[in-house]
Amino acid sequence: MSPLSRGFHGRRQAADVDASRVPPGQYVTTDFPVLSAGPTPHTPLENWTFSIKQGGQTAKSWSWQEIRNLPSEDVTADIHCVTKWTKLDTRWQAVSMDTLLGQVEREARYVLAFCDGGYTTNLPLADVTGGRAWLAYGYDGAPLRPEHGGPARLLVPHLYFWKSAKWVRGLELVTADEPGFWERYGYHNYGDPWREQRYAGD
Amino acid sequence: MAGTAVRGRLTWQVATVASARPETASVRTIEFDLPGWAGHQAGQHVDIRLTADDGYVAERSYSIASAPGEPLQLTVERLEDGEVSPYLTEELRPGDQIEIRGPIGGYFVWDGDDAGTPLLLVAGGSGVVPFRSMLRHRASIGSNVPVRLLYSARSLPDVIYHTELDMAGEGAEVVYTLTRQQPPGWAGHSGRVDAALLTEVAWPDDRRPLAYVCGPTAFVEIVAGQLVSLGYPPDRVKTERYGGVGAP
Amino acid sequence: MTERLSGPDDNALDGNAIGGVLHEIFGTEMTTAEVTCGHCGHACQVAEEVVYLRAPGTVVRCRTCTEVLVVVVRKQEMNCVDMSGVAALRAS
Repeated sequence: MSPLSRGFHGRRQAADVDASRVPPGQYVTTDFPVLSAGPTPHTPLENWTFSIKQGGQTAKSWSWQEIRNLPSEDVTADIHCVTKWTKLDTRWQAVSMDTLLGQVEREARYVLAFCDGGYTTNLPLADVTGGRAWLAYGYDGAPLRPEHGGPARLLVPHLYFWKSAKWVRGLELVTADEPGFWERYGYHNYGDPWREQRYAGD
Repeated sequence: MAGTAVRGRLTWQVATVASARPETASVRTIEFDLPGWAGHQAGQHVDIRLTADDGYVAERSYSIASAPGEPLQLTVERLEDGEVSPYLTEELRPGDQIEIRGPIGGYFVWDGDDAGTPLLLVAGGSGVVPFRSMLRHRASIGSNVPVRLLYSARSLPDVIYHTELDMAGEGAEVVYTLTRQQPPGWAGHSGRVDAALLTEVAWPDDRRPLAYVCGPTAFVEIVAGQLVSLGYPPDRVKTERYGGVGAP
Repeated sequence: MTERLSGPDDNALDGNAIGGVLHEIFGTEMTTAEVTCGHCGHACQVAEEVVYLRAPGTVVRCRTCTEVLVVVVRKQEMNCVDMSGVAALRAS
């Protein structure tokens, strides 16, 4: 048994946190840890696009300005990282995925998000629609910073935050589910924090 | 490569804090008692593990500050938004226990067994810690290896081991550069380590020097690149990066 | 130390940082082992490669081409190691 380090708090849960907001095994933090599997990309906005691909083709693509011109929402969400930190009431400025996916004839049941730097993550289409997912470009009242996924990231707060892909450049609609980066290295294919689905087989 | 690679199982051991002393306003050296400690080479590091009473676990790595043969000492800098360093520099007290795994590393080590090779040690901020181990080791084995330490720090009060470094011994030169603030009448270097300063301090490559660079990642990238531009073969420049920690 | 295409992040570490984990996995010091990238063929010591520690797993990338060499995911008390990005690993 590991000896306890007297006086070490780590990320202490705040006394007045509603425990029902904290999934099993999580610790509440007030900071915003930066986790990364690779170098931070820096795509100039004039070259940046968000695309929806299907059947090997680009079904629809938006430039940065076109995304910014779409109706956006202020989203407040609790987020849960598989590395055990939870951050409550995070505030985002984002475009609903329904707005984007609604412009494409969809035949697929799954999506694979693809990003600058090569990161990918997979989700059922049902989990990025119905008001459950966004393309977020603002955090806490300011433009989303590169280390947190800026210019834009996927935001899917009901799943572990590795599914909220940073530096997202689009979604590929696929008929067969295909594991993304962390899913291939042993993380859970779906990732529901409330059922503590951290690893494959959980 | 040194023939003293660590073999066998590397396990977590319980270490008890024997003593702690401040080095600067934000840096502290902690000495540990570990019954199972088998010694180390200068330049190696340890992993430490802390467990909070709610089960939360944090792990970090720290370069060993003591020389081979001395009791294990770690020097830790308190980072502004750190999770572990504020605990180690402010809360931890003699008698407290943490877990330690080590010694680790066979690349960023100096044994002192190559008498003819001059050493260039370039430190950014807390990157000076493994070099203290190397300098103390050099002194304790009575080595004549010529060594220059180029140490970049924010200001004079931020220089760790200042008194000790000023007495680094015969054949060991320490050159400071203070990047943000210099004391009145400062005759030393100011500003970041750049090609000009390195040209002045670095051994000419015809002496086949060996360079070690340690500190924040950005610092190491820039300095290592400059040394290669000065003619150091890449395999004669050893690097250890501390990540995005306080830049000097 | 090797030539780079573009600098890794200021937050990136190097192979020294995973010396402990690798020792745990392989039973011996591995930071001086020579690793050959399966993507670009570049070879150097493990200590010289780029490491990202603060992630759901530890990711080692080739310093030259930035492709993934090794991923270590800690699942309960086990290390799950994927080395499919490595063409060769030669420990002395």
